[in-house]
Amino acid sequence: MDEASSSCAAGAVPAASDRVHEPAVAGDCVFSARGLTKVYRMGEVEVPALRGIDLELTAGELVVLLGPSGSGKSTLLNILGGLDTPTSGEVWYLDHQLTGATEQDLTRFRREHVGFVFQFYNLIPSLTARENVAAVTEIAEAPMRPEEALAMVGLGERLDHFPAQMSGGEQQRVAIARAIAKNPAVLLCDEPTGALDSQTGVVVLEALEKVNQTLGTLTVLITHNAGIAAMANRVIRLSDGHIVDIRANATRKAARELIW
Amino acid sequence: MRALDLKLFRDLWGMRGQVLAIAAVIMGGVATLVMSLSTYDSLVITRDRFYRDYRFADAFVNLKRAPESVAARLAAIPGVERVETRVRAGVKLEVEGFSDPITGLLFSLPDGAEPLLNTLHFKRGRWVQPDNADEVVVSDTFADAHRLNPGDKLSAIINGKRKALTIVGVAVSPEYVYQIAPGSMFPDFKRYGVLWMGRNALGAAYGMQGAFNNATLSLIPGTPVQDVIDRVDALLGTYGGTGAYARKDQFSNRFINEELNQLQIMATIFPAIFLGVAAFLLNVVVGRLVALQREQIAILKAFGYSSLAIGGHYVKLVMLVVLLGVAGGVALGAWFGQGLSNVYMETTFRFPYLDYRLEAGVMLIALAVSAVAAVSGTLFAVNRAIRLTPAEGMRAETPALYRTTVFERIGLQRWLTQPSRMILRNIERRPVKSLFTVFGIACACGLMMVGNYQKGAIDFMVDVQFRQASREDLAVTFIEPTGSRALHELQAMPGIRHVEGFRDVPAILRYQHYSYRSAIYGIQPAGELHRSLNAALKPIRIPPDGVVLTDHLAREILHVEPGDMLTIEILEGNRPVRQVPVLGITKQYLGVSAYMQQDSLNALLREGNVVSGAYLALDPGMESAVYAELHERPRVLGMIANAAAIKSFYATIGEFVLFYNMVASLLAGSIGFGVVYNSARLALSERGRELASLRVLGFTHGEIAYILLGELALLTLIAIPLGFLVGVGLCGILVLAFKNDLYRLPLIIEPSNYALGATVVVISALVSGLLVWYRLGRLDLVAVLKTRE
Repeated sequence: MDEASSSCAAGAVPAASDRVHEPAVAGDCVFSARGLTKVYRMGEVEVPALRGIDLELTAGELVVLLGPSGSGKSTLLNILGGLDTPTSGEVWYLDHQLTGATEQDLTRFRREHVGFVFQFYNLIPSLTARENVAAVTEIAEAPMRPEEALAMVGLGERLDHFPAQMSGGEQQRVAIARAIAKNPAVLLCDEPTGALDSQTGVVVLEALEKVNQTLGTLTVLITHNAGIAAMANRVIRLSDGHIVDIRANATRKAARELIW
Repeated sequence: MRALDLKLFRDLWGMRGQVLAIAAVIMGGVATLVMSLSTYDSLVITRDRFYRDYRFADAFVNLKRAPESVAARLAAIPGVERVETRVRAGVKLEVEGFSDPITGLLFSLPDGAEPLLNTLHFKRGRWVQPDNADEVVVSDTFADAHRLNPGDKLSAIINGKRKALTIVGVAVSPEYVYQIAPGSMFPDFKRYGVLWMGRNALGAAYGMQGAFNNATLSLIPGTPVQDVIDRVDALLGTYGGTGAYARKDQFSNRFINEELNQLQIMATIFPAIFLGVAAFLLNVVVGRLVALQREQIAILKAFGYSSLAIGGHYVKLVMLVVLLGVAGGVALGAWFGQGLSNVYMETTFRFPYLDYRLEAGVMLIALAVSAVAAVSGTLFAVNRAIRLTPAEGMRAETPALYRTTVFERIGLQRWLTQPSRMILRNIERRPVKSLFTVFGIACACGLMMVGNYQKGAIDFMVDVQFRQASREDLAVTFIEPTGSRALHELQAMPGIRHVEGFRDVPAILRYQHYSYRSAIYGIQPAGELHRSLNAALKPIRIPPDGVVLTDHLAREILHVEPGDMLTIEILEGNRPVRQVPVLGITKQYLGVSAYMQQDSLNALLREGNVVSGAYLALDPGMESAVYAELHERPRVLGMIANAAAIKSFYATIGEFVLFYNMVASLLAGSIGFGVVYNSARLALSERGRELASLRVLGFTHGEIAYILLGELALLTLIAIPLGFLVGVGLCGILVLAFKNDLYRLPLIIEPSNYALGATVVVISALVSGLLVWYRLGRLDLVAVLKTRE
């Protein structure tokens, strides 16, 4: 396996439970996956989506999962985010084993530690920008103020607009603000620019970059757009359920310099 | 099978929960319609057939006594087809093992021939033999109540003499389909019976040989009945005729018609509400279902399907749901209809047979109303979807535009969590949808209350009638009006605590061109047993020298007010006509009456202190002794015991109440469930993605359920008080619809009825909520990350 993959030593899963609520320090291993497989059963056909993934993700890094559709990147992200369970293998978040956790535990895990950004923003149409963020901060333990989160993504001026009154890029930035407002350890973004034109996409990526740099949130970004990979610390390429290549960018481009 | 048809069945299967909920509501509406109309049709057809087959007379008259030769003169009246003269005798009956007073009416049967009119339908046994003077046929209600059969014995006190009788037949007469003792309020099959015996035998026992005191007539079709009645009255005046009356005024027939009239109103109001709600629900639900298929419609259009084909596809889909509901409704309605008809047959109408009929027209009405409602909702939504270009249709709808709600604008915002704001804004953004849901739930609540209203109203009527107004334990009538000495005799009897004499006389009351045939009751002005009540249901003192009328009689029938002068045509003796002022109005729910002071009535009749009977209060525990003693007194003709009458009445209506409650609960429940479940399911399909997103963001199952079910709970809570209003309104409609001279329903709704309405609504909401809760647990969280809709 590539040198860059061993940011944390294999098997060195943190065991001390007192670390659970402490913010992860840059370089600490946040996610650790061993031998992950996922097989979808569709009627009588078994479709393997993941075929043995070993992976560590460390605090503070920005990781791009790159691959064509069907490569398994979304399945991997869903498993990391506690939305799906692997068929075999195990996943650890800090010292919590996600594999085998109950539905309630997974819900709590998402609520306390994970921020999600969706391809289609998925804002609540009946809530304003501020309220969409507040919906999450109300159930979080030590959130930032919604206004703060929105200011960070450059929407300090559009607090009281409803989704229907905002552009796609603005809506996606509200979604990012909503994801980061609870100060999550992890930010998981599934094709966050997939529904946007490149110009707007860049603005959204800038917001993600800023969050990653100022808050040190481990950010995992799915894309099938190789151009975006240049902004990552590490780029993990998947194909057919395997990790084919993990590459660390020696020099990262700023989001604003990306073109696709 | 064509691909589109396959899609149709799969779509239906995919939304089977909703399909069933919608079908349930249609079923409720259709079932009510079919039940009421088929019962109505069946009873009308049965009545008409029975009247025709058993030659029910067109006119009736009672008189004191006329020689048989007068019959020919009656037959000679133009328009008269047949005349039958009879001996009619009020009797007291004795059945072994039953100590309560039984009164009866004994009619003569022609010797050796079937009656020309009002002939009998035999359930068991045979006609009487002319040679056997002790043979008697008894009415089936009486026979059944006492388990009497041919061969059993009973005795009758006819004209003061006890006569042993042998039952040879049990029969039904068109004249006494509905049997009620004169002066009584309710049917009491145990304590009142109609009997028939041979003319010679009864004539001998009653002192009516060669004479008659009752005649019935049939008329040549097309003859104006009033002309005949006038001539009969003119002819029989000298024979003590008390005024002939037409079939429409014949008591049993009148009651049947009132009851059928009531049934017809029920058959109109209730299905109208049910089908109305069902249609509305169907329209909205179908519209929203089709709207959810907008993308599919766009794809079909892109494939090149015509708008007509697409419209047809959705109409087909909806019609299948409608057919399912209508078929279920017709089946359920026919079942209920037979049940209801049987309850009627057992409790109210003693038709010898029942022609249960379910007319095709009824089913067509049900189908048409449901289909129009469903198809119009469908076409509206399909049309909206078709007008989009395919490309536009396939694009997701732009996010719905929301606004802050009134609650928030007035500053309540900071008290609301985001989920609560979502609830309020969603309700406010779709006011029509929310109103519809509220209205539908309210209708369910209201219907439930109507189903239960009658029981409470009847309790109230009975309380007013028997605990406030007619408080006597026993009403005794004498064979003929008699001096007040009879009262002293009664007062002296052991077991009788209090006696109040009364004088009653049949009379026709006239004011301008209005008239009503009734009786005038002369009662004691300061009586404690029999009292008149004012509008506030407080006892009033009857003023002297004038008449006090029941409100319904005064205002709705005669159109008189206190101060007006009433013309009274007495139907007794030499039938004097007098002018009497109306002095007051009294409140009464059962029957209508005219009251005077007894002295004033005596004076009006130019007679001394004469009474027709007495109201008695008995010492507790002495009832049987008093009955036995009175039974032996030859001058006592009839006895009516209130307590017994009330008890038997409740036994009768118990079955009705039970049946109506069952039907109402079932139907109200189906509407409540249909509305709530559909609202919830549609909300789930419309907002599933929103809720799944929240789940991804870390909201728990309970927290997202709060957003969806909280809205429904709020709407349900709003709907309950509104449902109370709907219920009161519907009961009010019943009160107006069922106003007649036999009874008026009071608008009394018991607290338990409100509670029941609310309970049914809450339960159906809870069941819907549980089903939705279960579905919320199965939201596909992964899908919302990628898919747009």
